[in-house]
Amino acid sequence: MSTFTKITATEAKVFLRSPFMAIAGVLLPTVLLLAIGAIPGMTEPSEKAGGYRFIDAWVPSLVVIALAMLALQSIPAAVATYREQGVLRRLATTPVHPANLLVAQLAIHVAVALAGIALLLGAADIAYDVPLPKHPLVFLLTLLLGVVSTFSLGLITASIASTAKSAGALAMILFIPIMFFGGVYLPRPLMPAVLQRIGDYVPPGSQPLQDAWVGTGVQPLQLAALAAFAVLGTALAARLFRWE
Amino acid sequence: MPLIEVTDLRKRYGTRVAVDGVSFTVERGEIFGILGTNGAGKTTTVECLQGLRRADGGTISVLGLDPATDHLALTRRVGVQLQESRLPAKLRVREALELFASFYPEPADIDVLLDQLGLRDHARSYFGKLSGGQKQRVSIALALVGQPELAILDELTTGLDPHARRETWQLVEGVRAAGVTVLLVTHFMDEAERLCDRVAIFDAGRVVATGTPTELRATAGASTLDDAFVSLTRSAR
Repeated sequence: MSTFTKITATEAKVFLRSPFMAIAGVLLPTVLLLAIGAIPGMTEPSEKAGGYRFIDAWVPSLVVIALAMLALQSIPAAVATYREQGVLRRLATTPVHPANLLVAQLAIHVAVALAGIALLLGAADIAYDVPLPKHPLVFLLTLLLGVVSTFSLGLITASIASTAKSAGALAMILFIPIMFFGGVYLPRPLMPAVLQRIGDYVPPGSQPLQDAWVGTGVQPLQLAALAAFAVLGTALAARLFRWE
Repeated sequence: MPLIEVTDLRKRYGTRVAVDGVSFTVERGEIFGILGTNGAGKTTTVECLQGLRRADGGTISVLGLDPATDHLALTRRVGVQLQESRLPAKLRVREALELFASFYPEPADIDVLLDQLGLRDHARSYFGKLSGGQKQRVSIALALVGQPELAILDELTTGLDPHARRETWQLVEGVRAAGVTVLLVTHFMDEAERLCDRVAIFDAGRVVATGTPTELRATAGASTLDDAFVSLTRSAR
């Protein structure tokens, strides 16, 4: 087994032994979907939302919740805890670069996020006839860019927070706007146009996700914006990273 | 050639001078003690030796390597126990050892290591559930798992009860008996007197005395190393 695989396997075991994040990451979006679906009127077409059902508009926002929680809360807390406990410094005295630990954490969280999103899509299809994405490949590509761009923002927080507590506080600065522009607090169709436009270009890319979903063409510029967030975010995180 | 050779090492953080021209050598097979009060520059010096920090001036040679440029080569041959470094609470002892073993080209046999450090009965325990003494034994085991030529042990017995301290001292003697050179950082004089072949006494970023515990007692005209330390560091102030 390569060292990186060994680190990832060990980290995954430790992650699953405090299973709150794993369970929340996988189940929360689906539980929220079912809760929203139980509200009268949510599953009926609404003229206000341009003939869409509210539940259709909510599904991409639930993807946002899953990603934001894992990327902006869980990863920074995990990495900052390792920094606080001296795990990163200890690792820096071995032949293994501590970046291995970051990438392992990233892999685990992305896996949980994807599992949560897959479950959400399945549940939305079965329970509310929300159709599966019309352009599955474009949807996957968009999702991938959305995941990487959101996680790169989380890595910036993880790079600079010296304690788990400060990671939580720093994460909120990103968490609230990402949730807001992703339409978690207010469905995006109900937002003023300017806020909708901003939301089109910021991670995790609610608009391109929705476009790929319903089969209207995805705007390449919006995908490029996500890619830019991913590249710049990761570069910044790597530059700011410190052991202690 | 000495295993460690430090000449005129200097390091400052902003305007605060942490290490102010430190020189000492450590021979192969020794237990060498770095003694000093908190803030004397011990930990900074050791971090420069490990390549965790870059010195502002002076030269360092560890196993013939320069820690600043040969960091990777050095990490393969030096085992480290860090002050106040913990492991994830829900990591089992054996898992931690297996993980660290995978980092090194020729790791030690984990079962033998568990036996040597009296951890066999705790191999399946979570790190977070161990006592202070057991945690220290795990961190010594992790320092040894790569079969290092040099072990750097920082504040090894801080926070341990008298029994656990004595057990830990025996382990360090066992490590040296196995042919590993030991660099021991401590502020406990009884520990240094019991374990160290030679010590360097640090005060305010400088080495104020180097020698065997017996020599230092004689120099200071003191009956214990504790008294010698107080008198040597006071005269330097």
